[in-house]
Amino acid sequence: MKKIMTGNEAIARGAYEYGVKVATGYPGTPSSEILENITQYKEIYSEWSTNEKVATEAAIGAAYAGRRAITTMKQVGMNVASDAFFFAVYTGMRAGLLIVAADDPGMFSSQNEQDNRHYARFAKMPMLEPGDSQEAKDFVGLGLELSEKWDVPVLLRTCMRVSHSASPVELGERNWDDEALPPKWVRNQEKYVCTAMWAKKKRPMIEERLVKLSELADTMPINRLEWGDRKLGIIASGPAYYYAREVFPNASFLKLGMTFPLAKGLVRELAAGVETLLVIEELDPFIEDQVKAMGIPCRGKDIFPAYGELLPADIEHYCAEAGLLPKEKVTVKREIAPKDLPGRSPVLCPGCPHRSTFYNLAKMKDLIIVSDIGCYNLGALAPFFATDFMGSMGAGFGVAHGFEIGDIKKTGQKVLGIVGDSTFFHNGVTPLLNVVHNGGNSTLMVLDNGTTAMTGHQDHPGLDKTLHGPGKRVDIANLARACGVEHVIKVNAFDVKGVEKAIKEGLAYEGPSFIVVEGPCFFVGQGSGPVYEVDTATCNGCTLCFRLGCPAIVQSDELDEKTGRPKAWIDPVLCVGCDMCAQICPRHAIGPVVTEAKPASGNGSKPCAGCGTAG
Amino acid sequence: METMNFLITGVGGQGTVLASDIMAAVGVAAGYDVKKSDILGLSVRGGGVIGHVRWGEKVYSPIVPEGKADFLLAFELLEGMRWLDQLRPTGKVLINQQRILPVVVSSGLAEYPSDERIDAAVAVATPAYYKVPAIDLALELGTSKVLNVVLLGALSGLLDVAPEIWEQVLTERVPKKHTQTNLKAFHAGRDWMKGQL
Ligand SMILES: Cc1ncc(C[n+]2csc(CCOP(=O)(O)OP(=O)(O)O)c2C)c(N)n1
Repeated sequence: MKKIMTGNEAIARGAYEYGVKVATGYPGTPSSEILENITQYKEIYSEWSTNEKVATEAAIGAAYAGRRAITTMKQVGMNVASDAFFFAVYTGMRAGLLIVAADDPGMFSSQNEQDNRHYARFAKMPMLEPGDSQEAKDFVGLGLELSEKWDVPVLLRTCMRVSHSASPVELGERNWDDEALPPKWVRNQEKYVCTAMWAKKKRPMIEERLVKLSELADTMPINRLEWGDRKLGIIASGPAYYYAREVFPNASFLKLGMTFPLAKGLVRELAAGVETLLVIEELDPFIEDQVKAMGIPCRGKDIFPAYGELLPADIEHYCAEAGLLPKEKVTVKREIAPKDLPGRSPVLCPGCPHRSTFYNLAKMKDLIIVSDIGCYNLGALAPFFATDFMGSMGAGFGVAHGFEIGDIKKTGQKVLGIVGDSTFFHNGVTPLLNVVHNGGNSTLMVLDNGTTAMTGHQDHPGLDKTLHGPGKRVDIANLARACGVEHVIKVNAFDVKGVEKAIKEGLAYEGPSFIVVEGPCFFVGQGSGPVYEVDTATCNGCTLCFRLGCPAIVQSDELDEKTGRPKAWIDPVLCVGCDMCAQICPRHAIGPVVTEAKPASGNGSKPCAGCGTAG
Repeated sequence: METMNFLITGVGGQGTVLASDIMAAVGVAAGYDVKKSDILGLSVRGGGVIGHVRWGEKVYSPIVPEGKADFLLAFELLEGMRWLDQLRPTGKVLINQQRILPVVVSSGLAEYPSDERIDAAVAVATPAYYKVPAIDLALELGTSKVLNVVLLGALSGLLDVAPEIWEQVLTERVPKKHTQTNLKAFHAGRDWMKGQL
């Protein structure tokens, strides 16, 4: 039976069909839906782990125990996980282990662009690159087989256009004895204790394995030569193969499913059979460099940029410029839409608890706001513009401490570090310990909205639920106290003045201070309160409420007679009654609607949380 | 046959992703090879969204080639206008007649394009412009949540796929207790379109 599936659904399906028993991961776009889809298969244990390194270690341990395991993460997650999978290449496992990492060419929802294929070469593990959903599913099985046969973790490298695109997939069954216990563990120190004297012995084997895998690559059906016109031979993998096929339907191709180690024999064969050899790959010249190192001339990044996506239109454009495609073959896009159309960038949702923090911070002068990744990064945008930095998860605390020891306070400026709750558990606890232990003086703030909101509302250790059911909740404030912070303040996110007071107190305190701003994300909270409205007789168009950046508060057509400025209007379809605007209105012109029932809306009593996630 | 290319655009939260899911499933049920791609981005936070769906004998890339959309299905006026460049001169545009103000507009930093500007731009792109009153039709059924299905119904009126196939896919894809409302929504959109032809 064929079913249309996204790449992420197909990977989850592959995990099911190919006997995976343990799946771990940390959320991150575009990878998050893999684990979410795996939860439908009751045969598989799955968990959101605290971060990618923890997730990878858990999957490695499960594979040691003898269970087929996979771990999932977004592209930068691999940076966090890397310390774990390098050693697993040395130890091998007792069952297959697949590391699934989703790249983001074009940076749709990532802080940097990186080509994770380098990790395969760096850590010396084989890598598969699916290009559509069928391949995504099939490569899970193939990867686990390779992993077991060669006693090495395998990297399944997907990317946004594979993970979030959909195509038909042939479904299979799970032929697996789910009742069987794992084989008993037998101590084998030379294999599993990575002390130098034992690890060193494995080095030659690791190199030899790559050589053998490279030979195997020439015979693997997922690496195939497709002969066509001999003028142009194209090497491509992943979605780039499909894009290239669209542009060059008649060229000769080497389609690579395994891109490391490289199928060198097939590369030589294609090179010998065509006039011009071209490598079409997104991001770095990963294949191209290997081809060139073989002494084979080819074209690639001399034509294409090493950043962004290479969609069919891009391939057409660059190939026409390079003389590889007749210019008249390039589709000319018409220019119809005016260039000055208003943009539609994302904003904090109505009812978002982060709003009070950034409303207050926007007013504070001489404050360096060292923020982090999550929905709260929207505090960087209009109308707040209230952050100075955002880099990698946990850096909100780590870099804040760096500003302090870099003497920035001597300039008269203060420093505030901000992380979200999921980010705090992910990589914020160690920098907090660092501040405390080294006698730092930072003011650190956790915006605790009770979920990992940005990536689609996953659980984390601060919640009493897991991917499967009830879980043990770790209290953030208590954890900070246990880390040695003496000044710990909790404040209600929906108390705008209270948040301001907590921040000011924290900044004034000598020694490390820690503020937990508590208030649930609208999507996991209690639902809507009463809708609010503006009393137009009292509103004088002061525009203060617009500074909350709430999508529900808009300019009405009515101008105030004295000021000439538009009065505010609250869209009853969008308002969820968080009360923040009422608290800040100097004329008390805003309050709950008493009589009218809330109209049915596109968002209903709870907005649809089904689709849009990122980060 | 030549591959048929659909672009689906709107604002995060309007249900465009379910619409592209249904479009893909209908394509499969109608016997086509199908690929689709959604950019999910930060869409739930009120950003613009775009989805690509392609039906054909053999579809390689999930991306609608530049300037080759046969249908532009827009859930919102501004977003519809934004993607006009991608339409073939023979392409068709269906736009839900609804404005959702981006924050730059609601806070007074930018202006929403006027009806005249929108009409003029569409007229340059194609003579085939269908102003679907989808939001009104959905609200008549009691909920704007079925806006996406009304629009699909309207689109179905321009395609050569039996309504039974659409109905079957819808029944499979929407929650059981909402099946009837969604089927009604589908036919409301489809009937509206039939009335235009
Ligand atoms: C190493 C790494 N893993 C995952 C991500 C993806 N990501 C972006 S923000 C975020 C978490 C946000 O959760 P939280 O800190 O609770 O903030 P919220 O979005 O709830 O405001 C994640 C997982 C990332 N950017 N980097």
